[in-house]
Amino acid sequence: MAAAAAEGDGYVRVPGGNFTTALQYEDARLPLRIAPFAIMRRPVTNQEFLAFVMAHPQWRRDQVATVFAGPDYLAHWRGPARLASGEQGAQPVTRVSWFAASAYCQGQGARLPKWHEWELVAAADATRRDARSDPAWRERILGWYARPSSRALPSAGAQTPNAYGVKDLHGVVWEWTEDYSALLVAADNRNQGDPDRNRFCGGAALSIADRDNYAVLMRVAMLSSLNGSDTTMNLGFRCVREV
Amino acid sequence: MRRVVPLLLLCTFIALAACNRAPEPATTGTAAAAQPATTGGSKGGDFGPPQGDPIKAVLTSPPNVPPATGRTTPAKVIVELEVIEKEMPISEGVTYTFWTFGGTVPGSFIRVRQGDTVEFHLKNAPDSKMPHNIDLHGVTGPGGGAASSFTAPGHASQFTFKALNAGLYVYHCATAPVGMHVANGMYGLILIEPPQGLPKVDREYYVMQGDFYTVGRYREKGLQAFSMERAIDERPTYVLFNGSEGALTGDKALVAKTGENVRLYVGNGGPNLVSSFHVIGEIFDKVWYEGGTHFQENVQTTLIPAGGAAMMEFQLEIPGSYVLVDHSIFRAFNKGALAILKAEGPDVKAIYSGKEVDEMYIGDRALPNLAAVATAAHAQKAGALTVEEQIKAGQALFSGTCSTCHQASGQGLAGVFPPLAKSDYFAKDPMRIVDAVTRGLSGQVKVNGQTYNSVMPPMGQLTDDETANIATYVLNSWANPGGRVTKEQVAKRRKELLPVTAAAH
Repeated sequence: MAAAAAEGDGYVRVPGGNFTTALQYEDARLPLRIAPFAIMRRPVTNQEFLAFVMAHPQWRRDQVATVFAGPDYLAHWRGPARLASGEQGAQPVTRVSWFAASAYCQGQGARLPKWHEWELVAAADATRRDARSDPAWRERILGWYARPSSRALPSAGAQTPNAYGVKDLHGVVWEWTEDYSALLVAADNRNQGDPDRNRFCGGAALSIADRDNYAVLMRVAMLSSLNGSDTTMNLGFRCVREV
Repeated sequence: MRRVVPLLLLCTFIALAACNRAPEPATTGTAAAAQPATTGGSKGGDFGPPQGDPIKAVLTSPPNVPPATGRTTPAKVIVELEVIEKEMPISEGVTYTFWTFGGTVPGSFIRVRQGDTVEFHLKNAPDSKMPHNIDLHGVTGPGGGAASSFTAPGHASQFTFKALNAGLYVYHCATAPVGMHVANGMYGLILIEPPQGLPKVDREYYVMQGDFYTVGRYREKGLQAFSMERAIDERPTYVLFNGSEGALTGDKALVAKTGENVRLYVGNGGPNLVSSFHVIGEIFDKVWYEGGTHFQENVQTTLIPAGGAAMMEFQLEIPGSYVLVDHSIFRAFNKGALAILKAEGPDVKAIYSGKEVDEMYIGDRALPNLAAVATAAHAQKAGALTVEEQIKAGQALFSGTCSTCHQASGQGLAGVFPPLAKSDYFAKDPMRIVDAVTRGLSGQVKVNGQTYNSVMPPMGQLTDDETANIATYVLNSWANPGGRVTKEQVAKRRKELLPVTAAAH
């Protein structure tokens, strides 16, 4: 953590500004205005999350309320307060529920990123803040989708930082967003021309504005398939702070 | 008036619902029933509530088909299907990350009876990256089950439907982006038997075509990623039966005996191509076209749309290899759409005189012997490739690709295809073999004193190491001078001549 502290406790400031999201909200005007925020340079690791559950035992896997975390919560650890291996410590934490991730961020005086904040930072590549029109950006994301997840996760923070100085937004794990449950894609993707608006009860029924951007669509589809207590082997998180 | 219309509609609906239950038709056991004029469709498919204890459906991996239900009353059938994302071979030395229903491409075969109540459990493996769902074309209801089965990794969903229409139906994943999920292999077949069952046959097999889109070219070695660009352009790298080249050839060929009746359940997962399904050397006695209720007789080639299926039945009279192809024929020879059905039994000369011509048709895919190619590819990677391994691999490749014209003995065909045996054409410069393979050869050439003037197309599908192995095999065969061509030499040569090669494509 020494290196991270030297650069301001692991958070990177993002100036915000106008941003065109790949999602289309029926009640939102584009582009969106996004306020400045600070985001973690890399996803939270198992080691960091272990420290959190030691300090807040109500989030240990053997003590957590089942309504907040499903049966697979932290199931990849050796014990409720013990990692499976040394390497695991540096890997991004996965199998965390939305509730647990939110609690972790709260403990830091932070919160989970909103989808648009995450999307804004993730639009960058190593040199440009918005690389989304470059097919290479998309191919890189898809390359990760095409790899089976039978292999061990890499250490968090091992990839090249993007133009904001943030790492691992693509190619390592999925990440929770604070407003994931508002990301309603129809479970049946083919209804896009005829969204079942009533089903979403005046909520932000959305569809994809940029049909080419299916790489983003897949992330949204993933998040929208989840409940707050769900965990998966490939789903982690990072936090943001207001500035 | 405005208020009246919905009321009227409602009445109609109730009336329909009331006559929704059809009488159970008399069963005819295993005998082939005469085709009814009409089955009544879904209106004739509800035989009332399920009877007896729930039954767990037998699911089978391709090319196997579950046994007939053998039931005469509607049942509650429980189907459990697991979605698994896994890396598997798509061709020799080539792998791909497939998304599967049940761990295979196509997915597990499901067999129920019309009128059954199907309780469907879709599980998504914990190590999946993606959420998935299932749309069964045999389901009556919006989305075919898709919205009710949207399932995150490490979760399971359940929904229930009544199988109202008999027929052979495709199922597939309908999660965004649908095309990509289908292109990765997420499809399979569900057979909803008519109440009287299907006519008894001796063998049943399950074959499904699909088109695949990789970033690397055809047979480029290693793990190949999905190419959305090629998928949108509908330019497949592979067109395959049962998810990989060689899935149904060599040791894995389908088998039958002469005198037997064979029924194929053939689906087409797509995502893009329509199949002109044909079995070389057989005529379908019956085709239940589009997987429906009626059959056509005496059919050579039947069209199977993407997201569609057909059943076909034929009796095998003559022993030998029958080749299943998509008769859009470049797909068969250059993209992998080949499978073999081997019939064993005594010859019947009165019907067919003999002289197998399979080798011409099958191309290199049907050879049992691609192991040598794999061995050489391995050794090449490890840097330990011997001349002997090259020759063996070259021989396997030669007998598929080259022997058609140059003959297995290297003698060629006088006046048409130049000989490779004891050839003076490349005796002094082995790289002329490489050039002919990679660039093709057109126009006048003189070989061993005779002039030839024909066209050899460039063999663009062969990789550098495959080309090197073929050249080495030729150099060391039929009284040629011997020697060796390496992969590096081929790569270098190809590069030097790149503009010409590119133009030839």
